Amino acid sequence: MGQIVIDPVARIEGHLKIEVTVDAGEVKDARVSGPMYRGFEQILVGRHPLDAQRLTTRVCGVCPAVHSVCSSLALDQAIGVADQIPDNGRIIRNLLLGANYLQSHILHFYILAALDYVDPAAVDVNSDDPAMQRLGEFLQRGELAPFTPRYEGDLRLDKKTNTAAVSHYLRALDMRRLTHEMLAVFGGKMPHEVACVPGGVCEVPTDDKVGAFISRLQDVRHFVDDCYIPDVVGVASTYSDYCEIGKGCGRYLSYGIFDMDVAETDLLKRPRYLPSGTLDGQLAEVDATAITEDLKYSFFEDEATHRHPSEGQTRPASEKEGAYSWAKAPRINGESYEVGPLARWLVAYHTGDDKVKSAVDGLLSALGAEPAALQSTIGRHAARALETKLIADAMADWALQLEPGAPVCAEYDLPEEGTGTGMVGGPRGALLHHIDIADGLIARYQLIVPTTWNVSPRDDEDQPGPIEQALIGTAVRDEDNPFELVRIARSFDPCLACAVHIVNAKDNEIGRYRIA
Amino acid sequence: MTEKVLQEIPVVWLQGTGCSGCSVSLLNSAAPRIANVLLEELVPGKHVQVRFHPTIMAASGHLAVEILHDTQADDQPYVLILEGGIPEKIPNIGGVTAAGEEISIVDTFTELAKGALCVVAVGACAAFGGIPAAAPNPSGSRSATEVLRQQGIDTPCVNVPGCPAHPDWILGTLVNVLLRGLPTEDDLDDHGRPLAFFGELIHDNCPRRADFDAGKFASHHGEEGCLYELGCKGPVTYSDCPSRQWNSGINWPIGAGSPCLGCVEPGFPDVGCALYKKIETDDLPRIERDPSTGKLKYVAPGQATAL
Repeated sequence: MGQIVIDPVARIEGHLKIEVTVDAGEVKDARVSGPMYRGFEQILVGRHPLDAQRLTTRVCGVCPAVHSVCSSLALDQAIGVADQIPDNGRIIRNLLLGANYLQSHILHFYILAALDYVDPAAVDVNSDDPAMQRLGEFLQRGELAPFTPRYEGDLRLDKKTNTAAVSHYLRALDMRRLTHEMLAVFGGKMPHEVACVPGGVCEVPTDDKVGAFISRLQDVRHFVDDCYIPDVVGVASTYSDYCEIGKGCGRYLSYGIFDMDVAETDLLKRPRYLPSGTLDGQLAEVDATAITEDLKYSFFEDEATHRHPSEGQTRPASEKEGAYSWAKAPRINGESYEVGPLARWLVAYHTGDDKVKSAVDGLLSALGAEPAALQSTIGRHAARALETKLIADAMADWALQLEPGAPVCAEYDLPEEGTGTGMVGGPRGALLHHIDIADGLIARYQLIVPTTWNVSPRDDEDQPGPIEQALIGTAVRDEDNPFELVRIARSFDPCLACAVHIVNAKDNEIGRYRIA
Repeated sequence: MTEKVLQEIPVVWLQGTGCSGCSVSLLNSAAPRIANVLLEELVPGKHVQVRFHPTIMAASGHLAVEILHDTQADDQPYVLILEGGIPEKIPNIGGVTAAGEEISIVDTFTELAKGALCVVAVGACAAFGGIPAAAPNPSGSRSATEVLRQQGIDTPCVNVPGCPAHPDWILGTLVNVLLRGLPTEDDLDDHGRPLAFFGELIHDNCPRRADFDAGKFASHHGEEGCLYELGCKGPVTYSDCPSRQWNSGINWPIGAGSPCLGCVEPGFPDVGCALYKKIETDDLPRIERDPSTGKLKYVAPGQATAL
């Protein structure tokens, strides 16, 4: 039995550690954990309720818009204006969130994941592409950081496909910047846009802003059609064995994304552009009352285990026996669920959403693959790429629905008491913010973020989390270059800064280094 | 193809208790574009070699940890950049070596800082503590300056705060060091911030300043007028946001109708909190309440009178 420890798993958001036990070339056991903890929930208690939205935006620098929107949804409810958000406010929130999806997905495939599949050092520097000629000069100098060192021995794209993908990697850097410019048009700045506020937004739409947004969107759409989708198909074709590994728990959760109307205050019943639901063999409505967080293997006091987040507590217990992660273990009726683009798309596909069905069927036929191939490492990349295209294609119409001069934000007086739960999908999956206001201040703030679902440790019944399950059973060809493990883990697009509960795996080590 | 001889300036970018927002902000650089930063010279003859950056680098696991050791062991002068605070209660985020030994971020930062040309503390968390260090500071987060002081390390440290830091502030600081060497006392303010970026009060350059002077205040979001009543921290915040603007110069917070949060100031977000609460006039430099009219008015430097 051998042990493989990968820490840090770079090119994810935040700090992630993978530990697996390998026997006869196969992963027998896996533990994933994150060694970073900031304690947002503790920091928020006792503060001004509106500060929750500003501060939780900053939970994550890659997907701040969804935290901003989700916190605002929770505050909309607590304040009592959830059904009074003006159309301009609803639409601008969708544009902020949608542009953040484009940013996050393009960042994930090219900047985070691509270096597991493409080889910047093996491009055709004599191609007509000036970018490749400049890359050639860089390679000639012989200092290849940050593209080396790396795992070696399984980069398989043919030279032409590889050269195109590397060229698109460099172009993706510009496209990702453009998506943030789109966000800044209506969000003030990015990361950490400032326009989404409880009641709506504070940015006032004008026609020139609509034009500034749509013109950049057009460039991004071309990039998605011309580069992103073909590159994912190229990687999927060459690394087709990754359509068969990294399945995970096989249960999927989506809260839905993009409010099309706000009259319904039950967020999971709102008409959304992509629907909410759970898929566990069969499609079902999300039973939000059945969500609990288990703590048996987490560094939190056990007495609050298996509670709904509205009754949840965050009391660190860094010396707890048997614990190995500071992630809590969220479950629905005791079962683990995967969240993210793949979960959203499988739920939408089984709901019978036409636009999703035709996109998925088109991709499967291009790959010559069956629907089961989606439940895999490559399937996650494919769902993310299709989602990028779907959102990019939809947003121009949304922007054109804005009405300059019409209200952007509901007026309200902040109540002394109130409670609210925001639930919406972020780029990485289902996100929940819960706030209790008492005596005019935050009495409780709890988050269940997407990565907490995916990176969750074992639960009270000893069932591993989705990424752990995806790793267990995987054949590792070369233990010194464990490509399989990082490719599977990265396909989930883990965001450990979001998984705010997470701290360290080995409590005895914490004590050793403690200074304060 | 001609081979260019460039001086390689290794950069190590560590992430502590941050959100990666400053890394993403760096990627937003419009001039220079980030692909050019990675591949080409930043200033004539000098290439910034991004050896270690958790979000960008190919390496994982012990390969990544070895980059840190190798950089430290090399003779080549390098720049150490910190994003996020140093969490003294949760230090084991430095990685694991090939031998299976866990590494403390406190030790990694300290050892690398000793040999660095300079430390650049990027973002509110690294520069001053920021949100993770906000009360009750559950992770025991410390700013770069605090850790350097505690460990008795005298490597110069430049603070480039902001939540996030503007890419121009980050790269502009690096360009300055590469062109002219380390900043002198005259280049930095009392908080170690480059005066080039943090020398002027937002309030003095705010396009809504005329509204403030005219006493025209917005009372809710989306309304025209000065955002002072909604908690704007522009009157106590020093940065060039109004003129530089964000994301290739497209917009900025007050331009989007949002009060300034004061994210470049030490003590953000605790000092001046609540973020939406109006700051008291006693806190405002160069602003007084006119006793006869009851209105706030601006007092030029050197003309301040007791309230």
